Amino acid sequence: MARRASPEINAGSMADIAFLLLIFFLVTTTMDVDTGITRRLPPPVENPDEDIKIKERNILNVLVNKNDRLLVDGKVGNIATLKDVAKDFMIPVYPDDPNHPETELKTIDLIGEIHTSKGVISLKNDRGTSYEMYIMVQNELARAFNELKDEMAQKHFGTRFDKLINEDEIKAVNEAVPVRISEAEPENIGDR
Amino acid sequence: MSKFKTKKGKGSPAINTSSLPDIIFMLLFFFMVTTVMREVTLRVKVRLPQATEVQKLDKKSLVMYIYMGPPTNAAVYGTESRIQLNDQFSRVEDVPEFIAREREARNEADRNFLTTSLKVHSETKMGIVTDVKQELRKSGAFRINYSTLKGQN
Repeated sequence: MARRASPEINAGSMADIAFLLLIFFLVTTTMDVDTGITRRLPPPVENPDEDIKIKERNILNVLVNKNDRLLVDGKVGNIATLKDVAKDFMIPVYPDDPNHPETELKTIDLIGEIHTSKGVISLKNDRGTSYEMYIMVQNELARAFNELKDEMAQKHFGTRFDKLINEDEIKAVNEAVPVRISEAEPENIGDR
Repeated sequence: MSKFKTKKGKGSPAINTSSLPDIIFMLLFFFMVTTVMREVTLRVKVRLPQATEVQKLDKKSLVMYIYMGPPTNAAVYGTESRIQLNDQFSRVEDVPEFIAREREARNEADRNFLTTSLKVHSETKMGIVTDVKQELRKSGAFRINYSTLKGQN
């Protein structure tokens, strides 16, 4: 008896099946990467009546009211100039200048002795402020700090901050340019 | 002369398609691996604001999401911004429990690296966002990320 050859499976429709699956996954795929502004919330205050005293000259007050208008350091501010104001405020000025925040002499690995600003940017918003405005303000402040970090990285390591690879170098720059954005405790100001 | 002409005029040879399934399978596996299925159905409108100084949020398994915005079904739920946790509308008081549950679901070593991603509609008022932030502070979820689109302002 002659051995019967096993019938060949027709693989012609294989491509169609694969296509079907492919299209399903194509449609369900979301390729978006989540991006955003990362912040660290402060731990809750234990004693709300106790205010931490910071010298007036070390604070840059940024207020946003319910109509999304800005008040920067007691004057009407503008979102377009906020970054420059914040940056100018945070640049350490030495020798001491009463119009600028105080400086502190720090010794940082890889950078050495350096004057760092003791300035704090205090951000306060109304309950009626729109989220969009809040993000815009946060973004401008982040931009000011990022530019300062870039300059610091450029000066000491010859490259932009986001191009730094060495962990120690990143740490050094972060220490030299501390991001000090303080958000005021929310207050209930009447009903709205 | 005719020696070289014999092959011409017979029509182009058929392309061998036997490797087509393999190519398609390769694409298929790529998409299967990269696919992330949506876990929640959005009940609030979330049009994210734009920002330039954004950082990528990696390690998706260590992120919990809080959505805030006006309800999609405005006829039933109105237009006031609401909070959505998991699949349902929630109140501010529900946030600590949500955080606790999300923490429980992660293994112990990862709990400190949990990040809360706030996906907030750009026209939402800050009042509700501030309330949620206060709850997060009380619950000890300090790492937050204001979700934004990368764009130019």
